[in-house]
Amino acid sequence: MIKARITVTLKNGVLDPQGKAIEHALSGLGFDGVGQVRQGKVFDVELAGSDKAKAEADLKAMCEKLLANTVIENYSVQIA
Amino acid sequence: MKSAVVLLPGLNRDRDMIAALTKISGKAPVTVWQTDTEIPDVDLIAIPGGFSFGDYLRCGAIAARSPVIRAVAEKAAKGVMVVGVCNGFQILLEAGLLPGALMRNASLKFVCREVKLQIANANTMFTRRYQPGQIIRSPVAHHDGNYFADAETLARIEGEGQVVFRYAEGTNPNGSINDIAGIISSKGNVLGLMPHPENLIEDAHGGRDGRALFEGALGIAA
Repeated sequence: MIKARITVTLKNGVLDPQGKAIEHALSGLGFDGVGQVRQGKVFDVELAGSDKAKAEADLKAMCEKLLANTVIENYSVQIA
Repeated sequence: MKSAVVLLPGLNRDRDMIAALTKISGKAPVTVWQTDTEIPDVDLIAIPGGFSFGDYLRCGAIAARSPVIRAVAEKAAKGVMVVGVCNGFQILLEAGLLPGALMRNASLKFVCREVKLQIANANTMFTRRYQPGQIIRSPVAHHDGNYFADAETLARIEGEGQVVFRYAEGTNPNGSINDIAGIISSKGNVLGLMPHPENLIEDAHGGRDGRALFEGALGIAA
């Protein structure tokens, strides 16, 4: 079995009001020097088989078709 | 003129849409369920608002990949009119039937209030019963209505008259770029908007400003 982690983040230039709110909350907790905070998503996906090249191609297709909205988000795939 | 209303788990404005279409056209719309792969011959397909699939992943993302939305896309490609309201708009964007994306409101708050809308393009099937530039009232109720498109897409839709509704008089409730409240496809048959015109169609609603949208689409005299 292959285990993979997909990370989806907002593209640069896309406003992230949730990240902004988190940024302010961290400052409010007394953490000095907090710069920009951007919120994203992580998906841990298990895949049958052992062909890592095929898994990577499939995982990228999953990102393109569902897991990321490529209008506003980037994604990266890491295979363990 | 015949209409259909798409039903998906988690939508909650479906009855409002069915009531509006029934009252305005005098004929109840047919309903199609998420697993339906074919939609009967109709002139207008409406995707109502709500929280399809619990807004999981992204608003409208799961619904956009359901069989019935693939069937909607096939109908849209053949020129059938499609209107998506609120979650319906989010679904049309996620399905790639309209350009751009809807993000969390800039205020991070759910907004439920009345806004003013300007008719930015009165030369569409949906807005032909309004005057160009006319300001109408409309309710909104959403958490993710903050329209975004990259600079190139934005320039294209602005240039092609695809922006149909704009929040007017400082009532932008969500931070949408260029005050965009609703857009139409380049072919002019697929409309998506965040406001709820179906909730302002009779005096009991406190106004009838939304009625002309459906009368225009269905070719019904006012």
